[in-house]
Amino acid sequence: MQITLKVFRYNPERDKKPHYEKYTLQAQPMDRVLDLLEHIKGYIDGTLSFRRSCAHGICGSDAMRINGRNHLACKVLVKDLGSRITVEPILGMRVIKDMIVDMEPFFEHYRSVMPYLVNDDPTPKQERLQSPEQRERFDDTTKCILCAACTTSCPSFWASDKYVGPAAIVNAHRFIFDSRDRAGAERLKILSDQWGVYRCHTIFNCTEACPREIQITQAIGEVKRAIATGKID
Amino acid sequence: MKTHQFDVVVVGAGGAGLMAAMYASKSAKIAVLSKLYPTRSHTGAAQGGVGAALGNEEEDHPEWHTYDTVKGSDYLGDQDAIEFMCSEAVQAVYELEHMGLPFSRTPDGRIAQRPFGGHTNNVTGMPVRRACYAADRTGHMILQTLYQQCIKNKVNFYDEFQVVDLILSNGAAAGVVAIELLTGEFHVFHSKAVIFATGGHGRIWELTSNAYAYTGDGIAISMRRGIPMEDMEFFQFHPTGIYKLGILITEGVRGEGGVLLNDKGERFMERYAPHVKDLASRDVISRAMYLEMKEGRGIGGKRYLYLDVRPETVNKYAAQDGRKRTDGTPYQVTGEEVLKKLPDIIDFCRTYLGVDPVQQPMPVQPTAHYAMGGIPTNKYGQVVIDEKNTVLPGLFAAGEVACVSVHGANRLGTNSLLDLLVFGKHSGLSAAEFANGAGFQSLPRDADDFARAHFDALLNGTGSEKAADIAVEMKTTMDDHVSVFRTEEGMKIALGKVRELQERFKHVRLTDRGKVFNTELMTAWELGNLLQLAEVTTVCALARTESRGAHARDDYPKRDDANWMKHTLACASEEGIKLSYKPVVVTKFEPKERVY
Repeated sequence: MQITLKVFRYNPERDKKPHYEKYTLQAQPMDRVLDLLEHIKGYIDGTLSFRRSCAHGICGSDAMRINGRNHLACKVLVKDLGSRITVEPILGMRVIKDMIVDMEPFFEHYRSVMPYLVNDDPTPKQERLQSPEQRERFDDTTKCILCAACTTSCPSFWASDKYVGPAAIVNAHRFIFDSRDRAGAERLKILSDQWGVYRCHTIFNCTEACPREIQITQAIGEVKRAIATGKID
Repeated sequence: MKTHQFDVVVVGAGGAGLMAAMYASKSAKIAVLSKLYPTRSHTGAAQGGVGAALGNEEEDHPEWHTYDTVKGSDYLGDQDAIEFMCSEAVQAVYELEHMGLPFSRTPDGRIAQRPFGGHTNNVTGMPVRRACYAADRTGHMILQTLYQQCIKNKVNFYDEFQVVDLILSNGAAAGVVAIELLTGEFHVFHSKAVIFATGGHGRIWELTSNAYAYTGDGIAISMRRGIPMEDMEFFQFHPTGIYKLGILITEGVRGEGGVLLNDKGERFMERYAPHVKDLASRDVISRAMYLEMKEGRGIGGKRYLYLDVRPETVNKYAAQDGRKRTDGTPYQVTGEEVLKKLPDIIDFCRTYLGVDPVQQPMPVQPTAHYAMGGIPTNKYGQVVIDEKNTVLPGLFAAGEVACVSVHGANRLGTNSLLDLLVFGKHSGLSAAEFANGAGFQSLPRDADDFARAHFDALLNGTGSEKAADIAVEMKTTMDDHVSVFRTEEGMKIALGKVRELQERFKHVRLTDRGKVFNTELMTAWELGNLLQLAEVTTVCALARTESRGAHARDDYPKRDDANWMKHTLACASEEGIKLSYKPVVVTKFEPKERVY
């Protein structure tokens, strides 16, 4: 089938401001949008720039706005988009070149929530025990691949990029509800700050955008509840 | 040009690089350079588990793991290194758990374990539950956990820095040259020690489970600096890649009871591996699949077979095999359990094939997956550069880029994650120790000249070749001739073609002449690396006139221990690639015929 791809273009060494370019190409219904971008880059215009690596939705490199919604370019197929496809960088981040945005502020937010296990108890000789139920409690938020599709779909984040954003809260949740962790209270304190969870107005964009199908709004709700009640359960 | 100085520079931020970084940073000033953000690394794509004889689900011993790995390697693995890795495995997995890795759990709260190909109870010969797993996301969890710990320990990262050259001075490592992707600027990292942890090079094939980033940079850079490569003819083809796409479907599917079926609905592995059947080693299964397809028993006569994990199929064969749960009850699964244990591969099949593995079988074919060969090292991660294992001071390698050799001619599933944990850690420790006892080598005045000249030539090429065309021709050539089965005739065709493509590569013309994120330039440079890897792989494979592990030849179908029980060393020289050989370390296990 013939596809018209309208692509956001910005080259800081050449362009004063962004513009869109249209490419027409042949594609199969099962092609990934990433395959189309690779085709353009290889055969039509080598200057087209985007990040990618694993090409099957695991590494989180290629989050983009595709037909107005955040997706991984490697996880959305032509058959689900139709013959006219618009590709733009994710919103709320500084565009460096084409689909490549400055990810540093995103990772700064991530680092701000202590995204690592804290437990200074003496380590046992073998593993720490954790029941399947305790493990299940935070299973959903372990799936995050830090692609930023959620954070950059959030109107509160667009309004102010000081908001820590859904991805950082998801990664805090992953440890707050891990029975082995001891720093839940500290993380809740960080997230009760004015740029923390209360910026979330349960708009659900993040949940819809997540390529890993994490129930993000629910996770944020659980963190809010833990802050309100002072209880982690 | 900017110059930086560190005790240790780690190149690559996958599992091996992050382990090395964590350990080296305890006692040395270090930097991690990665062409990707660390969490984009390919370790994250590993699925099924990491091997360690914890014995959580049934009796197991590191000694059994050692024997299985030696046998899996088709006796080409160095037995001292294998014994070291398997005995360190148990502690390595506990350590990951202590760092917070969210393993799946047994009912009594221990780390859950599942069967995997080639891992056996050495008394009964039957599959043993040795793969420690987190659903089918074990690699993702390892990568995330190690990155989290690096953040906690304030490890110093240079993200999106592409290392393009290794600096040697007075016969020792003196640092690396890197390009900052954001600015296109060259940086020189002057260091006492360098650790390469750059991963593999499966992108020389079209059908591969490997990420775009898997372009063999560390190997290509090292070869250009005269370092030999070990056992490059041995590259693993994983039996179960998604048809046409190559995306990995974990061996854990078969660990959970899934089976391979041909067009007649036969569980054909019964004929090739009567004891462990679908849980034979990967080389054995990939060959069996090729033979089935060659005999016209591919599905609909096509080049794929079915991997079936539907509960009714699993339960039927589990009953036939008399498989039991750990509590002694018959092994029976429900669709819900399958979904719980294999959520990601079910998602991949639904997304990319429109197939739901709980309802339908998955179409699969062997896919280029893992480099057993690479930069030769000893078990401390030190790079060794000749037949006598002479150490190159200050240079270390770990993970897929390295060849210790613990995988020999064929790696067992779950041993790649184990390799990167154990040798990542030890290369980090030994690099820091080395740096603390050594001074800086003097930095050559023209340290970045070689890389600059190389990149200037690429950037200003005026020919008419498209890199994308060359890449496609290389990959299809390698798929056609240097894949699961090989012949002299086919490999000679491949070698001629690859050398022709190397010539054409000199005439590549780029459209992007800019500095900022010139990904076209970087992709072209990576293609140069891949062409080099394709050549060395083929040269080594042509020379080895036997079949062993992943290197199967139609024209030399038998293993030949009298002549070929030895490691290949391939060195780039003015006159082309030169081969030499070094002995395999045999300690306890004399080679015998492999039967699964």
